[in-house]
Amino acid sequence: MIDSLYRIIALVRKELLAILKDPKSRVTLFVPPILQCLIFGYAASYDLNNVPYAVLDLDRSGASRSLISTIDRNGAFERVATLQKASEIPDQITEKRVALAIVIDRDFERQLMAGKTAKIQVIADGRNTNTASTAQGYVSTITSDFVQKWRDENGHSATPGIQVTTRAWYNPNLETRWNMIPSLIGTITMMTTLILTAMSVAREREAGTFEQLLVTPFRPYEIMIGKAFPSMLVGLMQATLILLVAQLWFRIPFAGSYAILYLSMIEFLAASVGIGLFISSISKNMQQAMIGSVIVMMPFMLMSGLTTPIMNMPSILQYLTYLNPLRYAISMTRQIYLEAAGIAQLVPEMMALLVIAAITLPIAAWMFRNRLA
Amino acid sequence: MIGEMNRERRQSIRRIIALTRKETWQILRDPSAIAIGVILPLLMLILFGYGLSFDIKNLPVAVVVEHASEDTNSAVSALRLSRYFVVHPTSSMAEAEHLMAKQTVSAILRFPPHFSRDVTRGDATLLVAVNATDANSARIASSYVKGAINTWLARDAKDGRAEPEIPNIVIENRMWFNDANQSQWFLVPGVIVLVMTLIGALLTSLVIAREWERGTFEALFATPVRPGEILLSKTIPYFVMGMLGLALSVIGSIVLFGIPLRGSLWLLVVVSSLYLLVALGMGLVISSVTKSQFLANQITFLVTYLPATMLSGFIFDIRSMPMAAQVVTLIFPARYFVSSLQTIFLAGDVWAVILPDMAVLAVMASILMRIALKSTRKIIG
Repeated sequence: MIDSLYRIIALVRKELLAILKDPKSRVTLFVPPILQCLIFGYAASYDLNNVPYAVLDLDRSGASRSLISTIDRNGAFERVATLQKASEIPDQITEKRVALAIVIDRDFERQLMAGKTAKIQVIADGRNTNTASTAQGYVSTITSDFVQKWRDENGHSATPGIQVTTRAWYNPNLETRWNMIPSLIGTITMMTTLILTAMSVAREREAGTFEQLLVTPFRPYEIMIGKAFPSMLVGLMQATLILLVAQLWFRIPFAGSYAILYLSMIEFLAASVGIGLFISSISKNMQQAMIGSVIVMMPFMLMSGLTTPIMNMPSILQYLTYLNPLRYAISMTRQIYLEAAGIAQLVPEMMALLVIAAITLPIAAWMFRNRLA
Repeated sequence: MIGEMNRERRQSIRRIIALTRKETWQILRDPSAIAIGVILPLLMLILFGYGLSFDIKNLPVAVVVEHASEDTNSAVSALRLSRYFVVHPTSSMAEAEHLMAKQTVSAILRFPPHFSRDVTRGDATLLVAVNATDANSARIASSYVKGAINTWLARDAKDGRAEPEIPNIVIENRMWFNDANQSQWFLVPGVIVLVMTLIGALLTSLVIAREWERGTFEALFATPVRPGEILLSKTIPYFVMGMLGLALSVIGSIVLFGIPLRGSLWLLVVVSSLYLLVALGMGLVISSVTKSQFLANQITFLVTYLPATMLSGFIFDIRSMPMAAQVVTLIFPARYFVSSLQTIFLAGDVWAVILPDMAVLAVMASILMRIALKSTRKIIG
């Protein structure tokens, strides 16, 4: 038992040295997570800011000008063109000078004055459907606020209707960044641990040192732990870095408990190391290990709820996501980070990860032994 | 003299063919290269086409009705009929909040106790609470709930109630190039960018870094082969592979998802070749700088794959990014390719968009190839 422990410690030390001794590889392990956080934090957003738009005001009245200035002041849109006639719209949109064009009808003000329904038209560039439909949603909110205010100012105050108050829990300003950055803790660490474990075994196999390792007194599970532990350690360090960037740079308040977060990270990293070891045990060289990791990582990332919600997927794909450890990691980090979730709330995710780790790690150990035979 | 030059050229071509053949065999022998050229494009097509969607459906909503009435019943059944929601009826706010904490529902809609009376009087207030951990979905969800309530109000609630004419504004929404607002049309062409990046940059950098690692590159230099010939024979097979990936993705997007190809095919091929050359150039330069498979992989991922997904306008719109981030996107080739791809697929041959994109890609390709050639030459000298 003690001997086994010594052997494991020796192997872990050797692995850590192999990973960290090269300054170039030290840099590639710890600088990219920070850069990725910054890129995701600033670029990965579905919120609209200063999206260029054109306006064609056929009414040229007080009401239409007031609507335009309401849109201008909103911050989501930036007016880059004020058009004179409808024939100017196609070029503006087709050549990507604007993302949308707003047309205000000729008798806009007269209709409002008469207590009738005035008309505006929003033409959006469907090449980016997401921006297009978000922008149309924004315009609709802005106009309904505008017309409400206009009614109040023009003596139509007692209008029937339903007032809807919206409250956004856990992320009051609805910032994409608030869910993106915590989700990166799982995504980035998985990418690294998977590739690191897969490559470390493949590298030894390519160099022929893996066979040497197998003829030493090491048992297969000892080799497995020796390979798994250092990767997990690197993963935890990266997770810490991302947490620091999230709080110190982006100032996203951490609502939950660090102990629970690290506990769930350890569990998640064990599951992803298991997958990495599994890939390495079936690949013959580094190229195969690398490509295997990319092919596995791609669906994991796309089907994790990172970019689009899982509930929008067709049900077959939704069932498949139950096999995806990243799905649980993202769900857990979001819940812990933003919702201050306790252990009880996280039981389903924790159980699922435990099952994944309990299947992949023994299989990897078995594959090592199988090679030995 | 002329005969001498001709012979020299013939030999050069022979060397290139021989090296290309060797490289091709090497690709075909390793199943992983086939996996990245064939399986990965198909996998991504399916995932992007079927898996990723911004269109909310089956949103679980807890509906709190403390005092049921005809109006609340008809409003709730209007929600039930909509394909966007799955209604979980509850009788108290506490119960709904519990469901939200358990992640069973992602939104709560609360009817006030005297809803019917308030609607008649015209001052009803509904509360919509959304779980905003996913901000984008939360925003869409709350606007869908509002929309459903307004539709209900316009259609059902006014039965038997006098509705005075009030000033209002209707918006006529139109989406050009994609009338049905299908997010697949926008996402699937992006698969081509990822496939090209993975084959062109990631695979190439890995293969060449391995040659550096094993010292077989130096061995090649000892032969009469010239640096330009080496580079050419290294790029040709991967170029062909990238083009196969392109063919597969284009056929897949048209056949599986009915995405229109409104521009011309030849233009699509030309723009894609330019991007592929840039990607290959990046792969060559990165591998000759790092000379290690692990490092080459990490760096390629960071400077090619990540920008291709995040900073290209393929998922996240560049126009919404902060100014600094927009400037950063300019140095990565992917944004020019994505912009041209989306235009060729959905809008047509819009030269004002495509020509500038092509020009930038061509300049990038020639600079990168020159650097790659120089770094190969330097080793010899």
